[in-house]
Amino acid sequence: MRLQLKGVTKRFPGLVANDSVDLTVAEGEIHALLGENGAGKTTLMNIVYGLYRADGGEILLDGSPVHFGSPRHAIGAGLGMVHQHFMLVPVFTVTENVMLGIESTRRFGFLDRREAAQRVREISQRYGLEVPPDAVVEELPVGVQQRVEILKALYREAQILILDEPTAVLTPQETEDLFEVMRSLQEAGKSIIFITHKLKEVLAIADRITVMSRGRVVGTTTPGETSEEELAAMMVGRAVRLRVDKAPADTRGPVLEVLDVVVLDDRGQVAVDGVSLTVQAGEIVCVAGVQGNGQTELVEAVTGLRPIASGSIRLLGRDVTGASPRGFLRAGVGHVPEDRQRDGLVLDFSIADNLVLNTHGSAPFARWIVRDDEAIRAAAQERVAAFDIRTLSVEQPVATLSGGNQQKVIIGREFSRPIRLLVASQPTRGLDVGSIEYIHERLVEKRDQGAAVLIVSVELDEVLALADRIAVMYRGKILNILPADTAEPERIGLLMAGSLGEGEGPGG
Amino acid sequence: MSVVAGSVGASTASLRRARVMGILFLLVGVLIVLVFGLGSEGGVVSRLGLNPARAETLFRLPDLVLPARSTAFLLGAVCAFLGGVQLSRGFERRVNLVIAIVLVLFVFAFLTWAARDRSLSLLGMLQSTLLRSVPITFGALSGVLCERAGVINIAIEGMLLTSAFTASVAASLTDSLWIGLLSGAIVGGLVAGLLALLAIRYQVDQIVAGTVINILALGLTSYLTDQFLQRNQELNNPGRFQNVPIPGLSDVPILGPVAFDQNVLVYLMMAIVAASFFGLFYTRWGLRVRAVGEHPKAADTVGIRVLFTRYRNVILGGVVAGIGGAYFSLGAVGRFEEGMTAGRGFIGLAAMIFGRWNPIGAFAAALIFGFADSLQVKLNILRVGIPSEFLAMAPYLVTILIVAGAAHRVRPPAADGKPYLKE
Ligand SMILES: Nc1ncnc2c1ncn2[C@@H]1O[C@H](COP(=O)(O)OP(=O)(O)OP(=O)(O)O)[C@@H](O)[C@H]1O
Ligand SMILES: [Mg+2]
Repeated sequence: MRLQLKGVTKRFPGLVANDSVDLTVAEGEIHALLGENGAGKTTLMNIVYGLYRADGGEILLDGSPVHFGSPRHAIGAGLGMVHQHFMLVPVFTVTENVMLGIESTRRFGFLDRREAAQRVREISQRYGLEVPPDAVVEELPVGVQQRVEILKALYREAQILILDEPTAVLTPQETEDLFEVMRSLQEAGKSIIFITHKLKEVLAIADRITVMSRGRVVGTTTPGETSEEELAAMMVGRAVRLRVDKAPADTRGPVLEVLDVVVLDDRGQVAVDGVSLTVQAGEIVCVAGVQGNGQTELVEAVTGLRPIASGSIRLLGRDVTGASPRGFLRAGVGHVPEDRQRDGLVLDFSIADNLVLNTHGSAPFARWIVRDDEAIRAAAQERVAAFDIRTLSVEQPVATLSGGNQQKVIIGREFSRPIRLLVASQPTRGLDVGSIEYIHERLVEKRDQGAAVLIVSVELDEVLALADRIAVMYRGKILNILPADTAEPERIGLLMAGSLGEGEGPGG
Repeated sequence: MSVVAGSVGASTASLRRARVMGILFLLVGVLIVLVFGLGSEGGVVSRLGLNPARAETLFRLPDLVLPARSTAFLLGAVCAFLGGVQLSRGFERRVNLVIAIVLVLFVFAFLTWAARDRSLSLLGMLQSTLLRSVPITFGALSGVLCERAGVINIAIEGMLLTSAFTASVAASLTDSLWIGLLSGAIVGGLVAGLLALLAIRYQVDQIVAGTVINILALGLTSYLTDQFLQRNQELNNPGRFQNVPIPGLSDVPILGPVAFDQNVLVYLMMAIVAASFFGLFYTRWGLRVRAVGEHPKAADTVGIRVLFTRYRNVILGGVVAGIGGAYFSLGAVGRFEEGMTAGRGFIGLAAMIFGRWNPIGAFAAALIFGFADSLQVKLNILRVGIPSEFLAMAPYLVTILIVAGAAHRVRPPAADGKPYLKE
């Protein structure tokens, strides 16, 4: 099926999210949609999928105009969408999730789970999408959950598949698997719209590439005719440095000392298993590893958010084991959390309030117990300018910002107070190349100002770009700590998969 | 080295819990022996009746006649033995079952002690346990239906009260219990409609909306009772649904007289428990309802009408609470009295939570509350020396204990209480 958009326009109060967008996706084509954060990619796809109504323009399928009042219509016409945030019911099984909305039933509306599971199996075999039909979704790794989402679309016989940032949460191996699936779908004649911020992926899999910026299409090209640099420049409107320039670290004594720390996860299982780690002032230590190997719990432990079962944590020589999150905060720890929407921001609060979330209680933002709104607004305006947060006003709820700009709010907040240790978890997840460049520069700048920086990332590229030292975490342990200048990507990749080279033991 | 330390750290927690349980079982055993065993005079017997009050049953069972002291010793020993097994070997995953067994043994020992030198109709207690659990079950089912779709319903109490009132008046006016029941159900649905409108359409905080409805219901029914029913007693004299024994089933020993010799509202309750259980977990309707309560946006993206589902379920929940309300005036008492629901709607909420938002679990939990309630009445009659005011607190105490002990471990539907906004 061929999808054509002509002059599609969508306005939100105060901004035009899609400005007369034209886009054509041919049958059997993998079409990459690129664009900075807030460019309007998700909005455009939500319109195609019937979740939003366009303010203008038309959508054509195989040449004839269609109007989708709701996803139900879009699904009926052969569209499927895998959303940026998964649309799966966590407590349902794979089969239940897949059949939801078009259930197989016997008499009196009783569910026929067996038949549905059978169909799930058939489809997963046909396209190489391995899923366990009877497993509960919340117990599956994200990579598998994503396959469930794709299956959901295929179960509805989708001819055109929209994948909104499917690789943002995947490991490199899972991404490879996804590409395999995409190719087999392509062979079956399906069209795919693939949204991503990772330029390498675009060049590897797309047939054609459309680049958006600020609601408009700014160009269409093919992987053969372009390069990462050119794509980045097209998106952001200026040349982007894809590599970070930094001088060798100038270390000035330990700031964070983690000694033999054991941390339990929510279910009481050991997540961090006797980790020791030191981060010095003036250096960036990156914790690399596949998601779910205890990084989250380690970060929570060194920011005081999760109690540790044993071991000790020292900050600037002082024992802070067991201190409250506020204690850590006061001691000069800044935190950029992994899930910015859940842990980093109060989404319904204004940008200004979010910028002073951890400092609003003291001067200059408060006198006695009264907030000084003037001072807060003034500071917010200053920071919005300094950190290039794209917004109409500082009074807007932070929820209306795009992902990149939300992250800048957190960075703006944490960087505006004197911190000695910065702990950043997945600092650039889901961000466009321009924002990544910006945040990387800021992190290095913080290091050069003498802060100790601890970064947790599943992106190997990011780790290699930023780190002075690399700690690889696997199953709750730090397998090895390598100086970044001699680390080879292959070696780290192997360590991330848990294989130790010969003659090496767990170190730290 | 660190590996060992880590895994030990994790397992000590569960090991400690297992130990505590074992010691608890032991203590219960000791308590039974000391208090109930040594507390009963030697040679005294307890007579526990197993036959219904009416004489003409097909099978008559002999009464259970137990020597009070040795029974307590035996039961205490069993508890202690279970404690010993738990400490030495551990029941592991079956420990919850063992907790239940120890509880039952304790209650049984208590009853034998309380009935020493007297007779106590065990069957009568089971009957009243079921009866007293009926309104609680209706309330809990109402909650399950609403909350599974993602709307918190703390207005159950108000719904029970309004429909108890309406059912009584309507039945008195028309001289038909059935019309009374129908009116009660309809009014329950209407009150729920108000809750739905406030919660779904206007997105008022659902706790606040429910509280407002409760206050409104209490005020309104009390006012109307004062103004009209006091003076016109004929408006509040509906009569009661009579028991309809089910042929065959009602003759089964113990189970028959307890479950199958009841009035139509009790049968209706059992039917609704079964229907909502199978409905929620085995049908398309239930799958969609649960999807809406867990992840409305996901439901929306596959074409399920979220708001419609919520309206429908809340109103359905109201109808169920309405039937429960009618039970107060038409099934149990035979008239309306001010504040006659006495917090049963809230206890129903506790039963819903303890029953993990599952109709059958909720029914089982309601039975526990019903038992506490009927025990309290029995003890009052038996004069065990506890002031009746304290005894009357039993069902509420059980509620607090259970909610405090269990509530943090069960997981409500993920979108429970959260309004759904499109775009
Ligand atoms: N419901 C909404 N109300 C108001 N503004 C919105 C809404 N949804 C999106 N926007 C705004 O529309 C613009 C486009 O957002 P959209 O989510 O489509 O961007 P995107 O290209 O998908 O970005 P990202 O790469 O970060 O996912 C942004 O400026 C965003 O703040
Ligand atoms: Mg997006």
